[in-house]
Amino acid sequence: MSIGLHNSEFKNPVVRWIDQRLPVFTMMQKEYGTFPTPKNFNYFWNFGALAMVTLMIMIATGVFLSMHYAAHTGLAFDSVERIMRDVNFGWLIRYVHMNGASMFFIVVYIHIFRGMYYGSYKAPRELLWILGVVIFLLMMATAFMGYVLPWGQMSFWGATVITNLFSAFPVVGDFIVELLWGGFSVDNPTLNRFFSLHYLLPFVILGVVFLHVAALHITGSNNPLGVEPKGPQDTLPFHPYYTAKDSVGLVVYFIVFAGLVFFVPNMLGHPDNYIPANPLVTPPHIVPEWYFLPYYAILRAVPDKLGGVLLMFGSILIWFVLPWLDRSPVRSMRFRPLARPFFLLWTVNFLVLLWVGAKPAEGVYVLIAQISTAYYFAYFLVVLPLLAKFERPLPLPESISRPVLGGGPLPMGAAAKPMEKA
Amino acid sequence: MADTAHAATDGAPRRDFLKLVTGAFAAVGVGAIAWPFIASLQPAKDTLALATTDVDLAPIAEGQAVTVMWRGKPVFVRSRTPKEIQEARAVPTSALPDPATDQSRVQREQWLVLIGICTHLGCVPSGQRATDARGEYGGWFCPCHGSHYDTSGRIRKGPAPRNLDVPQYAFTSDTKIRIG
Amino acid sequence: MLRFSFKALALALGLFATAPAHAAGEAIPIPDRKFSFDGIFGTYDRASAQRGFQVYKEVCAACHGLRLVSYRNLRELGLTEAQVAAIAAQFEIKDGPNDEGQMFERPGRPADRFRSPFPNDAAARAANNGALPPDLSVMTKARAGGADYLFALLTGYVDPPPGVTVMDGMHYNKYFPGNQIAMGPVLNPDQVEYADGTKATIEQMAHDVSTFLQWAAEPELEKRRAMGVKVIIFLTILAGLTYAVKRKIWADVKH
Repeated sequence: MSIGLHNSEFKNPVVRWIDQRLPVFTMMQKEYGTFPTPKNFNYFWNFGALAMVTLMIMIATGVFLSMHYAAHTGLAFDSVERIMRDVNFGWLIRYVHMNGASMFFIVVYIHIFRGMYYGSYKAPRELLWILGVVIFLLMMATAFMGYVLPWGQMSFWGATVITNLFSAFPVVGDFIVELLWGGFSVDNPTLNRFFSLHYLLPFVILGVVFLHVAALHITGSNNPLGVEPKGPQDTLPFHPYYTAKDSVGLVVYFIVFAGLVFFVPNMLGHPDNYIPANPLVTPPHIVPEWYFLPYYAILRAVPDKLGGVLLMFGSILIWFVLPWLDRSPVRSMRFRPLARPFFLLWTVNFLVLLWVGAKPAEGVYVLIAQISTAYYFAYFLVVLPLLAKFERPLPLPESISRPVLGGGPLPMGAAAKPMEKA
Repeated sequence: MADTAHAATDGAPRRDFLKLVTGAFAAVGVGAIAWPFIASLQPAKDTLALATTDVDLAPIAEGQAVTVMWRGKPVFVRSRTPKEIQEARAVPTSALPDPATDQSRVQREQWLVLIGICTHLGCVPSGQRATDARGEYGGWFCPCHGSHYDTSGRIRKGPAPRNLDVPQYAFTSDTKIRIG
Repeated sequence: MLRFSFKALALALGLFATAPAHAAGEAIPIPDRKFSFDGIFGTYDRASAQRGFQVYKEVCAACHGLRLVSYRNLRELGLTEAQVAAIAAQFEIKDGPNDEGQMFERPGRPADRFRSPFPNDAAARAANNGALPPDLSVMTKARAGGADYLFALLTGYVDPPPGVTVMDGMHYNKYFPGNQIAMGPVLNPDQVEYADGTKATIEQMAHDVSTFLQWAAEPELEKRRAMGVKVIIFLTILAGLTYAVKRKIWADVKH
């Protein structure tokens, strides 16, 4: 690259002046304007944008909540209720933040489901996928620490149980736990550091999201067929086609979000978290927030402490190596007659884990949890590697524009047409 | 515009109108989202409800002053001597930077109630104790930038633009006032 | 009814799987009590809530605090400023320190929070045979079933079934998890005298005080729902418009 002003194509003198010196407008135009995007996305491809918007909502509401919140064991519970009662629109901001966490997980779970179903983790998008798993882990940490802040019974006992997980590790376990607590139990120092980290981590997430998007714009998006675009006839400029499509999804998403916030704001929460934390009384049934239930079920399925903890962490860490466990060259499950039912069963199995995680750890529930846990891992470690060898995929379409096999040469005139709209 | 020919054909104008309406709707929505955030920064309901302070005047001897807290600000309550009252009333309003009669600034002439914040840049003027510097006019003196206030709390000399503010207050009995 | 359609929606999303956890416990199912604030458009029955406040003040407040609610909040139930000031003034609130460095008591002001009956939890336990009467500020949010549960609990005192021995100082209640509750059947017919002439049956008092406590826990409920209706109408229109724009833009793309 030569030194000097950027060769800007913008006509507006102010935009041009800035763009010559810092080509942000050229970049935006390239990445979100003319960016060639496969023309065959379905609405599953909305969920990345929805997750991005939700992250923004969480950061905005969180920043404003923190202006009224007091991170102290004696004040936290009352300061949250003061937000609900006395701060102008405090109830709205808090309920959006509270339910926003649930919405964020719903959106991201669907986003991950889409990635798994359509094989978006496969070459050349492995790093894109890995960055996504990093985001998910950071989200889990952030959500966990955020749930501690209102200092209700579930906050306190959730924090106690989760931090105690680390005591399972031999030798260093107790050291790690005391390091997390800053004391000998979950107490004021713990609350303070969780608040600090809960404020910090979303910005780390934002940074990794930036890398996630940057990586996406190098490889380009996958699509429902899993066949790379062969030329301009297979793509559309991102704007206005996908800005319009994402907007539709976004507004529909807001309707669901608003339904939760305004009419059943506490449906996804636990009533015990409206009881101030009491270090002397454990609630009869401790359950984490719903989005952690599958992992909680895996933890409880193993009768050994260390084994349960390792399996629980392993259930997510295994996602990191998914691109190498599934070596089938075919991306989309549409063309994988065996992998498709196995994967859909895995999805149902995930929901079963979510359900059983909320049940008491006794009787038949333990057995269900154990079977589900076994299948959860078997899918990754046995089913996918074997299918890569033995599955006979359906014939793939030649390209996105010609989903049927054996078509003649492409009519160039028709194919070039969409580009004119750019 | 090269597009004009296209716009005349069917479909195109409707799309533009649609886009305009949708854009306007979305803009209204974004504006509506901004409001709760801004409103949340305004004083909360409990803050507003606490906005009164009762002061018992009985223990304040003539010539003395007390400072009480009201809405997080110092309020000066001064029991003025006849000499101070006379001084304050003798000044012609035309000689003042911010003309106001002493009568307009007190409810009962003995009791002067002021917000103790210099109208220049927000420091607390000295002069509450007899040993404090009270400036050239026997009232208060702001040490930050040298504003002199008289025994009615009016600015007489220095950079402050206005007299010390008088808060809303009422006598609830002969020896009690409620500020706010 | 519409409230249930939201639950159905959540079920479709696979979220409902968590709900059983919230209803955990061996207590028998809580019957659904008809309240004025049920459903999407429900609001607080002010007369009932005011009566409920009277029940709280004359019965519950002997043991249970309401420390997150201020006297001034009673204005929202339709009490006048003078009435609120008079109610607040009935309570001696600890304040201070004064100029001598001493804490002192003064009559309550509307800005004060409700005075709790005990200075701290230990004092509350000491006065109640070791049982802690919980603060009621967010009680309907803190119990599965909310106001329905409160009503059921207050009217759920029955004789223990044969074979069940109730521990000393405990009482048998159909709806309390574990059935043995330290709180006695505190409501008795005509225990309070309602100013508006409503007959003070146990059921009436339980209904009124449940309404009052629901308001105490969620004072924003009416505003929240009213705003929610507007927001959803707005978003539905915007969704239609956005979809139309999208259709128009995509009209010339062959799938």
